[in-house]
Amino acid sequence: MSNDPIHQFHINPWSPPLHLGGIDATFTNASFFMVAGATIAAGYLAWAMAPAALVPGRSQSVAELGYNFIHGMVKDTAGEEGVKRFFPLVMTLFLFIFMANMLGMFPYWFAPTSQIIVTASMAILVFATVLIVGFAKNGPKFLKLFVPSGVPWYILWFVIIIEVISFFSRPLSHALRLWANVFAGHLLLKVIAGFVPVMVGAGALLGIASLIPLGMTVAIYALEFLVAFLQAYVFAMLTCIYLNDALHPGH
Amino acid sequence: MDANAAKLIGAGIAAIGMGGAGIGVGIIFGNFLQGALRNPTEAPKQFGNLIFGFAVTEALGIFSLAVALILLYAK
Repeated sequence: MSNDPIHQFHINPWSPPLHLGGIDATFTNASFFMVAGATIAAGYLAWAMAPAALVPGRSQSVAELGYNFIHGMVKDTAGEEGVKRFFPLVMTLFLFIFMANMLGMFPYWFAPTSQIIVTASMAILVFATVLIVGFAKNGPKFLKLFVPSGVPWYILWFVIIIEVISFFSRPLSHALRLWANVFAGHLLLKVIAGFVPVMVGAGALLGIASLIPLGMTVAIYALEFLVAFLQAYVFAMLTCIYLNDALHPGH
Repeated sequence: MDANAAKLIGAGIAAIGMGGAGIGVGIIFGNFLQGALRNPTEAPKQFGNLIFGFAVTEALGIFSLAVALILLYAK
């Protein structure tokens, strides 16, 4: 059924079924677009930076602009130490999510970030990194993250409970935010675009009125481009904020 | 009650959540404008924070929209 808006999120195997040690490793359309996004991002950076000219050309300027953009963001939120330790991780996450979102904007192509397992894997990776780096660097002092200073003792126990809950709900909201934005955006586009053929089929007057959902589709498409960039930016920025907690746990 | 009718009512209730996100986004941009008009030279430096707050707030509305659309269309 072509009008089913959920249909675009179906995962189709592109290779014969492949099982490696109990893990389903079949090459699907989702895997293809993830590999394509990573390849394009890495290939573009390698190709654009190959001349490494002192006065950059157009493509080298774009690559340097993206590099400086993420570099500045990590520096502002996680400090100089954060740049030294975590810049490659944040840059990789940002470029991967950005390319996955952008490839998904092409009609009939697939956005891997519309699968919650993809975003959840990345969120758990960040969460585990924060825990491991936090305890490895600060030892037991990392637990000071949950104990804000300057709070009277009779309210402190309650604040600690809230801080612990909010810490452990981070990976959940981190993963859900990206997934829900991409998923709901693509769903909304398909639903509104689906109004057009129905209205055209219903008669002359409604056919003219179908220009309204058509215009809305174009407007939402433009908004989705903004969302595709913004959610990659927000994911990378939240990663920086969480990693900053691992480096400097005191409030 | 018919299961299908319950699904449609549930989707409608879930969509109410988007109103909350609308209030939140309005507060963010309204307060940014207020601050920006008082101190226009400092305003561009806060643009990143503005967009960040917008995206974080907007995501909550998107959650309820996703719930509503899943109720309507998922099989």
